Amino acid sequence: MIHRECGVLKTTYQADMALYPLPIARWTVAVLAVLFFTLIPLTLHEYYLSVANLVWVAVVGALGLNILVGYTGQVSIGHGAFMSVGAYTAANLATRLGSPWPVNLLAGGLMAALVGAVVGIPSLRIKGLYLAIATLAGQLIIEWTINHVTFISGGVQASIEVPRPRLGSMVLTSQRDMYYFLLVFVVLAVVGSMNLVRSRVGRAFIAIRDHDIAAEIIGINIFGYKVLAFAISSFYAGVTGVLYTYFLGIANYEQFQITVSIDYLAMIIIGGLGSVLGSIFGAIFVTLLPIVIRYAMEAFGGIFFSQQTVLNLIPNLRLMLFGALIIFFLIVEPEGLNRLWRNIRNYFRVWPFAY
Amino acid sequence: MRHYLVIVTALIVAAGGLLSGAPAHAQSKGEIVVGVQCDRTGATQIVGTVLCPGFHDYIALVNSKGGVEGYKIRALEIDHEYKVPPAVESYERHKKEGAVTIAVYGTPQIYALAQRLTEDRIPGTSPGFGSAAAADGQRYPYIFPIAATYWSQGTAAVDFVKKQLGGSLKGKKIAYIFYDNPAGREPIEVLEDLSAKEGFQLKTFAVPPPGVEMGAQVLDIAQRYRADFVIAHLFGGAPAVSIKELKRVGYPLRKVVSFVWGSAEANIDAAGGFAVAEGYYTMQFAGVGTDYPVLNEIREMYKKEGKPAPKEMDSTVFYNRGVLIAALHVEAIRNALKAKPDGKITGADAKAGFEKISNFTLGGLVPPLKITPADHEGGGLVQIWQVKGGKFVKVTDWYAAYTDVVAKHIKEAAAKK
Repeated sequence: MIHRECGVLKTTYQADMALYPLPIARWTVAVLAVLFFTLIPLTLHEYYLSVANLVWVAVVGALGLNILVGYTGQVSIGHGAFMSVGAYTAANLATRLGSPWPVNLLAGGLMAALVGAVVGIPSLRIKGLYLAIATLAGQLIIEWTINHVTFISGGVQASIEVPRPRLGSMVLTSQRDMYYFLLVFVVLAVVGSMNLVRSRVGRAFIAIRDHDIAAEIIGINIFGYKVLAFAISSFYAGVTGVLYTYFLGIANYEQFQITVSIDYLAMIIIGGLGSVLGSIFGAIFVTLLPIVIRYAMEAFGGIFFSQQTVLNLIPNLRLMLFGALIIFFLIVEPEGLNRLWRNIRNYFRVWPFAY
Repeated sequence: MRHYLVIVTALIVAAGGLLSGAPAHAQSKGEIVVGVQCDRTGATQIVGTVLCPGFHDYIALVNSKGGVEGYKIRALEIDHEYKVPPAVESYERHKKEGAVTIAVYGTPQIYALAQRLTEDRIPGTSPGFGSAAAADGQRYPYIFPIAATYWSQGTAAVDFVKKQLGGSLKGKKIAYIFYDNPAGREPIEVLEDLSAKEGFQLKTFAVPPPGVEMGAQVLDIAQRYRADFVIAHLFGGAPAVSIKELKRVGYPLRKVVSFVWGSAEANIDAAGGFAVAEGYYTMQFAGVGTDYPVLNEIREMYKKEGKPAPKEMDSTVFYNRGVLIAALHVEAIRNALKAKPDGKITGADAKAGFEKISNFTLGGLVPPLKITPADHEGGGLVQIWQVKGGKFVKVTDWYAAYTDVVAKHIKEAAAKK
């Protein structure tokens, strides 16, 4: 956020390590909390909340993937499958045992963490593109398993309907209920990863990303931390899968295919690798941009073309514009939207007295 | 005073002249919104780019004739690239715009929206895709397959094979080649039932996604298993590959019948044209060809506007399906408006409207469906058309087979949940 840090002196280590080092940052957080917890859900139409909900689901997934790719430097094209592991674990628990959603959520995350850790084992020996292919294999194996093992997928249709989450006697059905439901986990995920990356574990991740041999020499257990990174990241993915399942009311095989993995990779690359805020920006950008472009086309497309042509043109032009904008943003700032935001912030830090 | 009288009379006469001269432009009472999902850019664009224009052309035709019971219909289309999150967004947008029915597009999308549709009481259609169990109107009150499901297609295919092989399947070998995803595997349980009932041997051949490599499976069918007939259930580019491969190993295409998503001009063209696919049997849930009164009316409508008929009309299989889907939506709305002439219809009214559709055939383009509160499939009727002499030739009229077997499976699926 844009804060002037003039005159703030830190006298203890604790103050230096605080999540919000400036007093004004607390106010910013408070304002954001009021905005997201009361103003937005209470004033906007359900439709906008449904869009926000899609963003929230994407934010949790992107945060998780960024821990692995951005902070630890291990590429994964298997996150769509890790989400499906979480989703089907939760769906099976919910329909077979009738367990409540907090249990399912945790179980889904843990199961995904376990599977993710196993898929991450080859990361000790292989790096970069080779590791990407190994995780791709993980994606395909998990997809195949869910497709063929009816014990997991709940029948040949490979879809399991899940009852809506309950909070006491209240059943969360409307988009507004879902908004709060998802927002709580977004906050947990954001605070969790902010704390993770400044902890001992997070610093070990960053050391491995920057130079793994050097990291090993200073005493970091590379294998342990790499697998841990896969596990934590997959835990996030699993939770995303469970949240998505509860949001839609169904776990379906075709919701977690390889394109989903690639969409999430696009989010963190556009948002900024190795930054929490970047994951959030990326998730918002990739989810909202197509919608915004469509609204623009609907509003202005009719001026230039006939109705039938517009209908054919909108989706195609939207894809082209989407691609062009991604290239544009990456050329302007290869380090992603997060860096762009920091540049803006740095400019205003000393504004108007820049030297 | 006299002047005013003259002017008023003249105005009334003029207005009367206008009205009688162009009854089509009668005063519209309002508009009814229909949500349309489409995929013109994603995995199934081969279907969407033709089917959706068919939908819009029919709606335009209805509107040009004065709408439904005086109400204009606005079809709001949103493209979702065959992805689920944009489909959720598009559904909420449709709901916000007050859509009373929604033409959902795609299997993962109808699954993802099933619970919302039911909660919001908006009927959604899933013609030719989605879960076969959704034919059960009690279990899924707001989902309308409105066309033969994969189970009905499976039974119809077996019945057709039986007739082709001389009335008995005892000891015959049938090969089922399918795209290895949930939709592809859905009919297997029904086929296995029929195999026990009719005494034929059934062997299944899975084609892994993306379905462009099936040389081994086809060779097995033709030369090792030596199937008497092949039932194919493939999607996207796979049907064209299957035609080419079967041709290459010398398997006669007049012993192949394809489910509804491997049966369009686009599939035949991709395989190398109608000459290559000569003999290939295709299953259809909408009439094929250009010779239907409703299509002539659409061409007339374009002619009146001084435009040529759209090129999508040449791809008759998908285009006609688009017209069929639109027509059934319009029929449901018509029934709803008849019940509630004030025009304030909701999704629940449209649902009741769908359930009143009976013997609405649109000159043969639509099968004589009978949709009831219990049966949202409408009977599971299909036609078989064969590739013959450069075009599709009708082989059978509308029929459904082994409806008892399909009903048994629907009942079992409902009991499971």
